[in-house]
Amino acid sequence: MAAAARSCLRTITITEMLEPLQEPFMQRALAEVVLIGVAGGALGCWVVFYGLSYAAESLAHSLFPGLVLAAIAGVPLLLGATPAVLVAALAIALGARVAGMSREAAVAVVVTTMFGLGVLLALSPRSPPGVEALLFGDPFGVTDADLAAAAALAALVLLSLRLLHGRLLVAGFDRGAARALGVSPALADAALLVLLAAATVVAVQGLGNLLVVAVFVGPAAAARRLADRMLPTMLIATAIAVLAAVGGLYLSYYAGTAGGASVALTIVAVYLLSLPLGQWLAARRSAPPRAEATIA
Amino acid sequence: MPAEPLIEAEGLAAGYDGTPAISGVTFSLHPGQRLALLGSNGGGKTTLLRAVLGELRVLSGMLRVSAACGTVPQTERSRLDYPVSALDVATMGTLAALPWWRRPGRHEREAAGRALERVGLAPLAGETFGRLSGGQRQRVLIARALVQEAGVLLLDEPFSGLDRPSGERLETLIGELTSEGRGVVIATHDLEQARACDLVLCIAGRQIACGPPEEVLADVGVLEATYGGAIVELPGGGGRAILPPHHHHH
Repeated sequence: MAAAARSCLRTITITEMLEPLQEPFMQRALAEVVLIGVAGGALGCWVVFYGLSYAAESLAHSLFPGLVLAAIAGVPLLLGATPAVLVAALAIALGARVAGMSREAAVAVVVTTMFGLGVLLALSPRSPPGVEALLFGDPFGVTDADLAAAAALAALVLLSLRLLHGRLLVAGFDRGAARALGVSPALADAALLVLLAAATVVAVQGLGNLLVVAVFVGPAAAARRLADRMLPTMLIATAIAVLAAVGGLYLSYYAGTAGGASVALTIVAVYLLSLPLGQWLAARRSAPPRAEATIA
Repeated sequence: MPAEPLIEAEGLAAGYDGTPAISGVTFSLHPGQRLALLGSNGGGKTTLLRAVLGELRVLSGMLRVSAACGTVPQTERSRLDYPVSALDVATMGTLAALPWWRRPGRHEREAAGRALERVGLAPLAGETFGRLSGGQRQRVLIARALVQEAGVLLLDEPFSGLDRPSGERLETLIGELTSEGRGVVIATHDLEQARACDLVLCIAGRQIACGPPEEVLADVGVLEATYGGAIVELPGGGGRAILPPHHHHH
């Protein structure tokens, strides 16, 4: 009896898992959030270790004018987001080089300028209805063309991370020694910002530019507590990002909550769960390191 | 003494945002020599090391560095949290010889492993860098410099915070490195450390003196200028100590 009930429950669960997949809009939404998770999770680890979380958030906000312009012109959002985010990344990089201006201040100036510009455009009479989808994301609204572009950008991000891995590791570990080791820390920063811009463009359609930072910072911050090598950290972050994004999507489907916000909040929930788990792992590891084999 | 110095500076000024933090620095370091960079905190020791590393622009004067520089910086908190093993850190020394798109492979990791063996850390190659002791971390960074085939090693306050056995072990290692023809620069505020070197460069924003320790350290005026305080002879032959300026009684 109990076994029958359990098996019935299991059938329902599997049916409920599979049912949304019949819908093309849900298939596209799933593909979109998986791409977001893959690009955002892996890159997010570098964002967190380079202390670029704030820059990541700002970059997302500053592509708002590009999104609004694309919506007004009726072209794919990517076409508007890409130039806007590149302008912002460049302005931040240049601003941080101004004597007496910290990177933080440069970011703040650029992001408020860009976001303000976006709001001006969004409130203009020519702006189409539905601007809130740009702010909060709409994974259920992506088209096949959007998906193809997002897949290409995600592949670019992963390939670049693979090629640059060793150099990013050096510049993040020891900026002062980087140059002597054949790595330019400024170039490493610039490369990360460009990749961040690309990944932001991938993610903004699903999560919106107010929520997109969740996928960069949340999974990486959680993974950092669970692993103590870079590659495992990146793999765990990617897994967390993908699973949380898919989970958020199902939540949205069944609970009728907003798609982008559901994904972002699921990621935050996973991060919160990682806190006690990370503490437990740290306690397990805290046995003192092995003594050296020979004692001088 | 070989004719070609590893580092040569003449009237060097370097600093941040165009403002010199050090000026008038003139010295040369030859293969096999150990140079102590002596000064109080904030006196410009780290600035000079960063200039030698090529991190800071030379504002005036001449600086010629004709060997790869390996650096052993002071430990920063962020470095302890970084998800790398001792072997990962030593492997970083191989990057300079690789084209930018190449990642270190097995060959590079083997070279890193040999360098860790050389500094006596082979058994800890897989340990997380941040979990090693201070002395072990210094030796991992020295291994990184060995992998890099650095002709010059720059050590920033390498002995601070080390217990006696670790300090002695590091001392022996530095002796081996110089006997193999490398040049070693040790930034320190410790007179005893400076005494054990071939050359002492005293710095307090500008160069105060440079020469063999028996000359430079015997000059009380030089030490006063270096530390901005008075030097007192300790009773019972205990050496000299530095009195901060606000303790002046004359």
